[in-house]
This record gives sequence, C-alpha cells and structure tokens, in this order.
Amino acid sequence: MNTAAISLPTPGPLLTRGAFSGVMVALLVVCAVAPALNLLVPADSVFHLSDYLVGLLGKIMCYAICALAMDLIWGYTGILSLGHGLFFALGGYVMGMYLMRQIGRDGNYQSDLPDFMVFLDWKELPWHWALSDSFIATLLLIVLVPGLVAFVFGYFAFRSRIKGVYFSIITQALTFAALLLFFRNETGMGGNNGFTDFKRILGMPIATQEMRMTLFVMTGLTLLGFYVFARWLVASKFGRVLQAIRDAESRVMFCGYNPLPYKLTIWTISAVMCGIAGALYVPQVGIINPGEMSTAASIEIAVWTAVGGRATLVGPIVGAFLVNGAKSWLTVAFPEFWLYFLGVLFIAVTLWMPQGVVGLVKKFKKGGQA
Amino acid sequence: MRWLRTCLALLCLIGATSAHALTPAEALTLAAGDSDERIATLNRLATAGDEKGLVLIQALSGGAVKVQGEQVLIVADDGSAVDAVTGAAVTPSETADDAVVNNRLRSAIETALATRDLFGRDAGLQREAAALLQRAAFDEPDASQLPLVDKALSGELDPKARALLELAKAAMQLASEDQGQRLAAAQALGSRSDPALRPLLAAQLEAESSADVKAALGAALSSLDRKLAVASGLSQAFTGISLGSILLLAALGLAITYGLMGVINMAHGELIMIGAYATWLVQAFFKTYLPDWFDAYLLAALPVAFITAALVGAAMERTVIRFLYGRPLETLLATWGISLVLMQGVRSLFGAQNVGVENPSWMSGSVTLMGSLTLPWNRIVIIIFAAAVLIGVTLLISKTRLGLFVRGVTQNRPIASCMGVNTARIDTYAFALGSGIAGLAGCALSQIGNVGPDLGQNYIVDSFMVVVLGGVGQLAGTVYAALGLGLFNKFLEGWAGAVLAKIAVLVFIIVFIQKRPQGIFAFKGREA
Repeated sequence: MNTAAISLPTPGPLLTRGAFSGVMVALLVVCAVAPALNLLVPADSVFHLSDYLVGLLGKIMCYAICALAMDLIWGYTGILSLGHGLFFALGGYVMGMYLMRQIGRDGNYQSDLPDFMVFLDWKELPWHWALSDSFIATLLLIVLVPGLVAFVFGYFAFRSRIKGVYFSIITQALTFAALLLFFRNETGMGGNNGFTDFKRILGMPIATQEMRMTLFVMTGLTLLGFYVFARWLVASKFGRVLQAIRDAESRVMFCGYNPLPYKLTIWTISAVMCGIAGALYVPQVGIINPGEMSTAASIEIAVWTAVGGRATLVGPIVGAFLVNGAKSWLTVAFPEFWLYFLGVLFIAVTLWMPQGVVGLVKKFKKGGQA
Repeated sequence: MRWLRTCLALLCLIGATSAHALTPAEALTLAAGDSDERIATLNRLATAGDEKGLVLIQALSGGAVKVQGEQVLIVADDGSAVDAVTGAAVTPSETADDAVVNNRLRSAIETALATRDLFGRDAGLQREAAALLQRAAFDEPDASQLPLVDKALSGELDPKARALLELAKAAMQLASEDQGQRLAAAQALGSRSDPALRPLLAAQLEAESSADVKAALGAALSSLDRKLAVASGLSQAFTGISLGSILLLAALGLAITYGLMGVINMAHGELIMIGAYATWLVQAFFKTYLPDWFDAYLLAALPVAFITAALVGAAMERTVIRFLYGRPLETLLATWGISLVLMQGVRSLFGAQNVGVENPSWMSGSVTLMGSLTLPWNRIVIIIFAAAVLIGVTLLISKTRLGLFVRGVTQNRPIASCMGVNTARIDTYAFALGSGIAGLAGCALSQIGNVGPDLGQNYIVDSFMVVVLGGVGQLAGTVYAALGLGLFNKFLEGWAGAVLAKIAVLVFIIVFIQKRPQGIFAFKGREA
C-alpha cells in the first residue's frame, strides 16, 4: 500500500506554549518556591509552608501520579481498572521492606529482623525479603514487581478479550485476593499492621525537615516527568492506537491491528507508574498496610480521574488535588459528611460532568469566546 | 479402690432389696464423709428410693445442707431448718458448717436424681433421665452406678429409655473384671457411633489384656472412625451448601439487575444491608410492642425487608441509573457513590456499631444426626428459604406477565417497546425486584451474622463473582455457581484454612473467566 499518498496529521510539538509555561511554573514551584517557603521562611510568617502541608501535598502528588496512570488506561484506552490500588500498594510494600531493613537494630526488640517477625517468633528472613537490604535492588523491584504482576494478569485477561465491566470486576477480585493475602501474618508482610515506624533511608534519618522536603521535590519531579511522558505517549502513534481501541476496538482489529500488545503495554506502564507512586508515598506517610488494597481505595483513584476530567492529562492531577484537598479538610471539619460528599461526588460527576472539571472549564472558555 | 467400690455396690444391692430408711449415720456420711463414701451412700439411697434420702440429696445439690455436731440440717431459704432424719424443726446455730459439694459429688448427685425419674411412670422423664445417665457413663463410666441401672432395667421402662440405659450399662461394664461382660460391652458399644465413646474405647484398648475383647474394641473403634469420617464429610458438605445458599441469596438479586438488565450495581451489598436493618427494626418493634408474638417477627420482617429495599432500589433507578443505561463503567462509579451514601446514612441513623438481631426461638439450637453431625437450625432454615426464593423468582420470571415483559425488554428493547411495553417502567420494576431480593437476602443474613453498616461490603465481591461465574443472563448459572463456589470453598477450607481457600477461589474464578469469559452457561446466539 502506498502510504505516502495519505497525508497524516503531523503531530504537534510535545508541549504547546501554554503547556510549556505551565510545566515550567510547576517545576519552579516544586523545586524552589515550596522548599524556600518551608525551609527559609520563618515559622511564624504568613508565607511559611508548614510541615503538615508539605506532607499533605507530597501525599496528594503521589495520588496524582496514580490518577494520571488511571487516566492513561481508562481515559485513553477505555479500560477501567479497579485494581490500581494493588499496584500502588505493591510499590509501597517493596519500599516498605527496604525501610524496615534500614531500621536495623533500633527496633523495639533490638533484633536484625523487623519487629513483627520477632513478634511472630521467626528466626530468619523469608525468601522474598532476600533483596530488601539493597537500595538498588529495591528501586528495580519497585518497577518490576507491579510491572510483572500487571503484565502476567494483563496478558491472560486481554488475550481472552475480557473487556469492559468484566475486566473491572476481575481486577477487583484480584485486588481483593491480594488484600486477603497481605492480611495474613504468614505472608511475611506485617499482617494487618503492615510496616511502620521507619527510622532512616539510605542511612539518613527519615523524619527530618530536609528529608521530607527532598522526598517532596522528588515526588514533584516524578509527577512532572510522568506528565510530560504521558503527553508524549498519547500524542505518539502508539497513543493514537490506544484512543482508537477505546473508541472502536473491533474496527481497530479489522484495520489489521492486534490490540493485545497495545493494551498490555499501556496497562503495564500504568501499573508501574502506580507502583512508583506507592514507593514515593510510603516514606512520606510513614506507613503501609493492606488498607491500600481495599476495594474503596482503588475506586477512589477512578474518581480523582473522573472529577478532573478523563482523556485530558491535566484533569487527573487537578482531580487528585481537588478531591484529596476536600477530603483532608472535610474529614477534619465535618467527619460525618465526608462519605456523603464523596458519594454525591461520584454520582454528580458521572451524571452531569462526564468531562470533569477540566471539561467544565473548557466549556466556559468556549462560551465566553462565542 | 476398685474392689472397695464393688463391695459397696454389693452392699447397695443388699440395701436395695430391703426396705430402707435414712439413718442418722448415713445422713452424716452423705453430708460430711470422704468423697468415695459419700458417693456410695448417695447411690445406695437413690437406688433404695428412700423419700427422706432423696429430699436430703436434693437439698445437698441446692447447697442447703448444714452439719451441726452429729446432726444434719436442711436449711430453707428463710433460715429455718429441719433435721434431715427426723424432720423436727431445729434452730441452726452459728457454728453449723455448710456441707461442701465438690464437682465429682455434684455429677454423682445429678445422675442419682435423674435415676429417680427412671423409676417414675412418665416416659418422657424416663427418656431424659436415661439420656443423662448415658452421657455421664460415656464421659466417665462409674461402675458403682451399675446396681442403680440394673434396678431400673428390671422395672417397667420406656423402650427408648431402655436402649439408652443398656448402652450406659455397657459403658460401665467396659472396664469390668469379667471378660465376657467386657466383650459384650465392647460389642454393644461398637454398634453405636457416638463420638463421645471414642476416648473410652481407645483407653480400654490400651489397657485390655484379652485378645477377643481387643479385636472387638478394635472393630468398634474403626467402625466409629469410619462413621465419624462420613459424618465430617457430610458436615463439610452441609456447611458448603449453607454457604452456597447464602451466596445464592446475595447473588440472586444481582442476577436480575446485572444478569438480566446489565446494570452494574455496586450498591447491591448496601441493599442487602438495608434488608438486614429493616429486619432489625421489625425485631425491635416486636420486642417492645408484641413480645408474645416475638417468634413470628421474622415472617413480618420478610415483606418489610423486601419492600424497603425495593423502594430504595426503585428510587435509585429513577434518579440515577436510568440516565446511565448503556454506560456500564459510569454506572459502576455512580452506584458505588450511592453505596457510600447509603452506608453513611445508616451510620448516621443507627450508629456505626453492629446491632444485635436475635434469632426467633424456632431458629436457634441445632439438630444432631448420626451422633456427631450437628446442623444449626438457622442454617437449615436459610437453605430452605434460599430454595423458596429461587423458585419464586424463577416462577416470576417465567410465568408472570411482568416476567414476560422483563424478558422481552432484556432480549430486544426496541421491539418490546414497539409491542406497547412501557420499557422504562419495566426497568424500574425489574430493578426494584432485584433490590427487593437483596433485601430478603439481608433478612436471612441478619440471622447468622453481625448486622452493621459494613455488612454489604463483605458480599459485594462474592456476589459479583457468582453472577460472572454463572454466566450473565442466566438464573440457572447463578444457582450452580453459588452452590459450586460454596462447596469448593468449604472443602478447600478443610485443608488450606479459610483465607487461603478464599484466595484460591478468587484465583480460580479469575483463571476460569479467562477460559470462558461468558461464564458456565453462555447465552446462545450473538453476544450482546
């Protein structure tokens, strides 16, 4: 076939001018403004960024990475996963294992083993802890473990052409099974208490202001990096095929594409992003437990994405900040109403705001221009 | 010790034949002697059937006996006392000692008192007494009770009570001196499959010297073990079916809303929860206003639970789900939102703690089959109830006009609409029906577990698994999947533990769906 005769739309630049300035501003805020406000501005000043806020923002940025990952698979490929909490938790657990080993003999029982193993009267580390004392191996595992789980699961699921709601439900079953598994003490992952009480990372104490800020900046950079990566991805030919699969999978197949590798790749990428988010989350929050794998946690990720706006890349980030900001405010101010709010938000977004906040803003802009 | 007991037993026999009256010495022994003597005296008095003796024994078990010098007193609640032998009123002094009853004596007293019923005329009481004696003999056979049992057996006796008593006698004779008696006892006990006998038989096998008796004991033990194995298999099957019936109830409503209508209702679990809370409210109402009718509250709770859940379901359909037909992923999120609101709503109304739902009396307790197979009544009732609901739903879908409409709309909405079916209304009805069945499930679940705002969360994954495994659009598939999963789960639990079994089941379903995405039973024809 002569493809030269067909004029394909040329892909635009990776970042338009507006997006470029946006990313630059965000970069500046994350790397310079926030650290300065937190470390240099005196604590009694109005401009001081409190440690609590640094922690909160860092946490939300991890969530935003998850929302972005969810957007790639749901917003751009049309596959709703209810199992992203699993990948988030897997990344977190790998990081947690490393942090547990870093405690060394400073635990309550002054043992080489993590406290909960002493408590269970175990004499040596189980096999899956073998690599946990090496930071390099941990970094690799953070990518490999969620990636491998997603790859294997995705391969079988997509090969059998499981789609739509079926896929959502079996990802939920997978996450539920993992939740039960991690709740068991025998799994060697701390049972329902999970890991906590971390002392240091890379030999440096973890609870200092500087370390918190470092993690914050790293999370911010990761988020921005993933954002740019996602922009590149969806604009590429690969990304276009994904969107075609979302809109008309059968037609894509009739055109000679096999959707399996496309779906599998984006699914694995999405899972790895979640895993990295989890790994960044754990040292900042200081705890990881099976609660992250609950059904509710995974569905919430979908809501951040939906609130912000699916199939836009800023949307999920905005959504993660809006919903989690509201959450941390409401659970303190009106603890009873948080679930009502969240529930109504689910309903309202699906009924009236299918494009999310970003879609709403776009609509207003267009309305203003017309 | 044994010879002493035998002597005493012989003495008892002699005592039993002669007319007997309580002597002061006996009374004193009974109240303050050494344990063996007390039990011997006790059995002698009980066998003789002496009135005064029995009154004293009863007082002893009630802790109303005091010893004052050589006198044995029976103290009434108001502090007045009578002499146990003469019946004359006595004023108890400060120094009178309480007659202490230890555990061994207490169980002997119970059996002795029970034997009194054996000599009575009431067949029911005889049976109860014989059963009590038999249990005591199986737990800890006491040869000193043999004369009692013999005497009872020689009298007029209800045939069932007689059979029980014969076994009790066999258990007492198992350790007898006479080899022939031992052999007979081993053979008699071997024909029973009571698990309480196992330690007794095993202990005797250890101590046995005669080869014949050993063989009989061995045969008895192995037949007992075989029966126990069968019983435990049956009991696993029963718990499996019971779990299956619960899954079926939880999933049946979903089979309509999801299976037939294609609506992913993540709030299904909360509809179950609402049914359970409705049951709780009805129960509380009956407790306060109609305590005499309390046992019937469940019958009143069924329609209430059905209607409450159906109304909530209809409201959900009218306000939210209606606008999301054809967008299953959005429906999933919106109904999840509804589930959060419902859960929090219940929490605000009734508190976050679990509420207690009492079983009506006819559902508590259990029935014991084959000696060791215990089936709780509430489980049995739920199995029957699940079957009834299943039959009701099947008839409703296949025989009624509403069912016809539902099937029509499911199979081809535009054509059904052209035929004059009000499809929007049918959607509401069908959804309300599915929700109502969830309410019924909640009503049943309230009888076996905790009722709290999180109740539904425990069932939502399971019920989706059942529907997906069974195949969408199929009630029959749902039934097979529910029972299959229940049995599979329980049998796995037997050797892997509850959590691993659950994980294995989930993994099994995930793998199964890969192989057969359409479920066990697929819709024939084109996939919708």
